[in-house]
Amino acid sequence: MAIDPEQTPRAKNGRAPDVMTPGGWVSMREYPENEEVDFVIVGTGAGGGTLACKLAEAGFSVVAFDAGPYFRPLEDFASDETEQNKLYWTDDRIVDGDHPIKMGSNNSGKAVGGSTVHFAMVSLRFRPEHFKTRTALGYGVDWPIDWQDMWNYYDEAERALHISGPVSYPWGPKRGRYPLRAHPLNAAAEYLARGAEALGIKWTETPLATLSAPIGQSAPCVYRGFCVTGCSTNAKQSVLVAWLPRALKAGAEIRDLAMVGRIETRNRRCTGVHYQREGEWHFQKARNVVVAGYAVETPRLLLNSANEEFPDGLANSSGLVGKNLMVQLNQAAWGQVDDEIRSYKGPPSLAISEHWNYDDDKDFHGGWSYMSQGPLPITWAKSLAGGRNLWGQALIDEMARNNHSVGLKMVGEVLPYERNRVTLADDTDQYGLKIPRITFSLGPNEEAMIDHATDFMDKSLEAVGARERWKEMDDTCHLGGTARMGFDAKTSVVDADCRSWDIPNLWVCDGSVFPTVGGVNPSLTIQAIACRTGDRIKQMSARGEL
Amino acid sequence: MAETFPDYDVLAKRNTPSWNERTRDVIDARMAKVERPDILAERQRDTLRAVTARVVPQPAHRAPVNATALVLDKIGSDNGDGFRHHELPDVREAWARGLDAIDAEAKSRFDTGFARCSAYQQDEILASVQNGDVKAPDWATLPPKLFWSWRLIPDIVSAYYAHPSAWSAMGFGGPASPRGYVRLTTNRHDPWEASEQKNDELIPAKVRNRHGY
Repeated sequence: MAIDPEQTPRAKNGRAPDVMTPGGWVSMREYPENEEVDFVIVGTGAGGGTLACKLAEAGFSVVAFDAGPYFRPLEDFASDETEQNKLYWTDDRIVDGDHPIKMGSNNSGKAVGGSTVHFAMVSLRFRPEHFKTRTALGYGVDWPIDWQDMWNYYDEAERALHISGPVSYPWGPKRGRYPLRAHPLNAAAEYLARGAEALGIKWTETPLATLSAPIGQSAPCVYRGFCVTGCSTNAKQSVLVAWLPRALKAGAEIRDLAMVGRIETRNRRCTGVHYQREGEWHFQKARNVVVAGYAVETPRLLLNSANEEFPDGLANSSGLVGKNLMVQLNQAAWGQVDDEIRSYKGPPSLAISEHWNYDDDKDFHGGWSYMSQGPLPITWAKSLAGGRNLWGQALIDEMARNNHSVGLKMVGEVLPYERNRVTLADDTDQYGLKIPRITFSLGPNEEAMIDHATDFMDKSLEAVGARERWKEMDDTCHLGGTARMGFDAKTSVVDADCRSWDIPNLWVCDGSVFPTVGGVNPSLTIQAIACRTGDRIKQMSARGEL
Repeated sequence: MAETFPDYDVLAKRNTPSWNERTRDVIDARMAKVERPDILAERQRDTLRAVTARVVPQPAHRAPVNATALVLDKIGSDNGDGFRHHELPDVREAWARGLDAIDAEAKSRFDTGFARCSAYQQDEILASVQNGDVKAPDWATLPPKLFWSWRLIPDIVSAYYAHPSAWSAMGFGGPASPRGYVRLTTNRHDPWEASEQKNDELIPAKVRNRHGY
């Protein structure tokens, strides 16, 4: 009888699931709880999973925790939106503010591999100036990392993920060609391309973390179109498939269904983590603790770990833990065409224009990109019901025209505001831990960007003959910014190496270190930062600076 | 509206390479779900059934969608979606209060329960919830517009479009793994996708949709 990976841990007894083989296993090194491991990592997504690999390959002893299950995509994933809700973080959270954020599918993951298990695979580099928005463009704050430094780590991440992309990328400084050829355009992407050409701007095939040629045990993408509900063929280069097998091979241990609830400190240093697994609380000793739970769970853990030494939470002398929460704008323009589009086929965003990330002739701050779209039925029905107030026969009839719908969706930069934040509510969850309260409001700059982007995308659709056009005005994606990196302890939570200013053996490595979010999907940047952090830790260790 | 995809049936692909084992198990279990009698009070279930029938009418000429059973299942699990609007209670409580309030709204407007109102009256009541233009005092502790857009609509619509009959009616390819698609470009489709009814075709969609799975 097969065990249910959502109820019973799989990574135990010296073995972990082999994600490439149904029912398969690979051997896994295990560390006793009373052994002080070099690194405990909380979270195995784009930040934590990547760093686990880097640190294990550098020879450190690593135990990586994830609150979610350890899936084998080939046997565990259905082609079904509802079933695959199991990939999202659906524990209780309260949302408020003027524009409460809808959590779940677009911005969370609760599985080994984190949200990369269900991300849309869009793998983009920041515009160089977006690492220095304050000095280069006059808004936001600067990153303490130089773009040229990041460019090297983008290279490393792109190679590790076998990114498929265009031969030459139209924007930004010269970069080498992508490891694999670009995927073919589907009809929705063709419509983006024709619209961009009609409006006189550049477009390209989207760089994607799904294979366009066989690599190792992974077959190329079969264009099944269920990417954002998890890839059941392993073409997608998620952290689960790309980084964690390497981490295991290098001697890392991964503990699935293990929820870390509190980090212990003594004499102002971390000593390990308290975690719940199989209904009981345990304690793992560690020399270093890395928090990699993304922009809600990371500040939640730091705040929930408040103790006598750190009454306001760990790493929080600046008072900035939980503050400057950012999302990305995800508004869309849609229309109807005579052609059959059938956008359910292929990765949802096969074509992109980053024009408005690189053109500064705008009357607001920040950049945005836009991509072609391929919503699955439930997502599309909720868009129509929410965005156009359709229900009853009107909704059913409109749904029946979905194969002729075509749309474009933005990924837009939200500015950091301290009022947008994650705090602790009084309610507790199934682990007995205080749940997060997520407060978010858009500002005038965001409203101006939304107007600009939705008007432009609407014009692009108009230029290629789309009728009955409408704008979907209420959607967000991605998170960032609740444990920002910076230049000093007063204005940031961690330094450029993701190391806490307050507690030298506490690190944060995920999207919450972003001082600004730019106008591109964040996952590649998170992985590049994790690669950089891994190298920096190795260097510091060699110099005895840990 | 006339059927756009006559005789197209996603379920005809169940035993082809388009459906992996996990998908078969999940969809079989979902289609077999019946309304749980232990969730909500009988009167609330009656109201929910009537609301669902108006919000997502059944597809013509296809196996009915068990949307009410699926919504009841969700209410029973009390499983949120990872977020709760600060002005709304959790899933079960929101539904219980919301259905009572819809019923009360029917009484205040038409002097009878929601389930006994005509379809026209029911639509008027639902529109009043959608627009926040309600009369019943029961809404004092449950903002109607928020209940509509954060609970009622997402839950009902998600239940309905989780069913193969709804997928077939919209010409959606349905489950696709391990077999995906080959023909991706404009106006092209694979033999295992829905053919659309068009006026000038030699071989009608009705015929083409019986082949090629």
